[in-house]
Amino acid sequence: MGTVFGTGSGMVEKRGKALWLTHVCMIIAIAFICFPIYLAFVASSVQQSELVKPPMPLLPGSHLFENYKEALFTGINAPVWKMLMNSMIMGMGIAIGKIIISLLSAFAIVYFRFPFRGVFFWLIFLTLMLPVEVRIVPTYEVVANFGMLNSYSGLILPLVASATATFLFRQFYMTVPDELAEAARIDGARPMRFFFDILLPMSRTNIAALFVILFIYGWNQYLWPLLITTDPEMNTIVMGIKQMIPSGDDLRNWPVIMATALLAMLPPVLVVVVMQNLFIKGLVDTEK
Amino acid sequence: MLPLLLILPQLLVSLLFFFWPAAQAIYQSAYIPDPFGLKTQFVGWENFEFLFGDRYYLESFKTTAIFSILVTVLSMSIALWLAVMADRIIKGSGVYRTLLVWPYAVAPAVAGILWLFMFSPGIGLITWYLDQIGVDWNHSLNSGQATGLVVVASAWGRISYNFLFFLAGLQAVPRSVIEAAAIDGARYWRRFWTIVFPLLSPTTFFLLVVNVVYAFFETFGVIHMITAGGPQQATTTLVYKVYADGFVGQDLGSSAAQSVVLLLVVGLLTIIQFKFIERRVHY
Repeated sequence: MGTVFGTGSGMVEKRGKALWLTHVCMIIAIAFICFPIYLAFVASSVQQSELVKPPMPLLPGSHLFENYKEALFTGINAPVWKMLMNSMIMGMGIAIGKIIISLLSAFAIVYFRFPFRGVFFWLIFLTLMLPVEVRIVPTYEVVANFGMLNSYSGLILPLVASATATFLFRQFYMTVPDELAEAARIDGARPMRFFFDILLPMSRTNIAALFVILFIYGWNQYLWPLLITTDPEMNTIVMGIKQMIPSGDDLRNWPVIMATALLAMLPPVLVVVVMQNLFIKGLVDTEK
Repeated sequence: MLPLLLILPQLLVSLLFFFWPAAQAIYQSAYIPDPFGLKTQFVGWENFEFLFGDRYYLESFKTTAIFSILVTVLSMSIALWLAVMADRIIKGSGVYRTLLVWPYAVAPAVAGILWLFMFSPGIGLITWYLDQIGVDWNHSLNSGQATGLVVVASAWGRISYNFLFFLAGLQAVPRSVIEAAAIDGARYWRRFWTIVFPLLSPTTFFLLVVNVVYAFFETFGVIHMITAGGPQQATTTLVYKVYADGFVGQDLGSSAAQSVVLLLVVGLLTIIQFKFIERRVHY
């Protein structure tokens, strides 16, 4: 009975051996999950000749800087710094674009009565059913007709409209007390003043959390950039990795490929780890 | 005027890049372009008839189903197990959370290359160890191994996401309920299966739907990176086939018909998702 009358959260759990075991299990599990990344890191720090004779070394080698320098400034088809820049523009463009257009459209839907409001709402809602994978060929044709192949606008625009962000802001606006809007109206504030002075500052946390999620979404896109960037200089880093693997039996430059893979995951991982609390709150709240 | 102006950007992008292409897909699915691409011929349902007579297409349905189930079950069960452990550990669970949260940010395609490297025939570390114990690993020839590798790589990238939701769900279970059971003398795992797990069911259902959607669409990168749909289309999912037929095979009529079928599938999934979310709101 002693455990039951313990203090705090320890009341239920048996302390001691069971907890110790849990820690051990957890550490082993995490080691397993991190192992592929560790191995990639090792591969990016050795020479090709050390990899082709299996088994590969399990400890980092001494060619780390050399490999990263080669990847960043020479690459295989295009220097990786260029692909990083393309991914950065795409990720930022999608995140910022989506946030701006959905902030505005949610504002219109929640605070105004206007003709066809319901129709517009359903049109936006329906885009949920049209992920880019479903409509690749015709969307490709549209983008090609606009002459946007191998361009940033072609990378960003087709992925920018998103019902999810609009719904999130709609949901949030509806929790804002009506009195605020009314008070603003009495004070003679114009609608856009209300939007900029009251709604926008109140949405700060939501915007930040959504930014993290959308940036990662944009950065990690694969199929779309694969279709519309035929010019290696316009490749994003995630899809550019595939282009580094020669088809057929040509020798793969694994140290450089693995260095690129680690560079490709670094920015989104940093964003997630640094903004962890905001991100988790945003993720669990938005998607539920 | 103002509200229309506010909604215009979203509407414009949706019309240009969502509805217009979707309408095109439906239109094209009833036509076959001639070999020179100069004109198209109306064929009615023929593209669909051909599609559902195609053994490989029917196979890709099965592949997608098996693939979704395996990825969902594998990633969710590991994530639940991790979340239960993290929930038991009060001190230090923040550290574990940080260590488990970051794979969320790893792109599916990057997950693909990491696993491809470990299992690559000739130089892969795991391939070498498998060889030592007499297992011959070559996922570019063996379709079972190819499916396994693609499933594991996809599930790996999904653990963080499921873990975060399960952990949030577990932490929302009222302590008093668990303590009452503990006073009644219920043992930990009994308590878990009879009390905690049923309380988690909204989270579990939510994750089931989301993970199936993920396995449908987001795994394209993993498949393209590791197997390119092979061997013998063993890892060709529905989405992969739209890409392979439309862009590699240039069979636009068939690809459009596949898009329409996918559209219906996504529509169904979206309805399920929303019905479910709707219900949650009333809880």
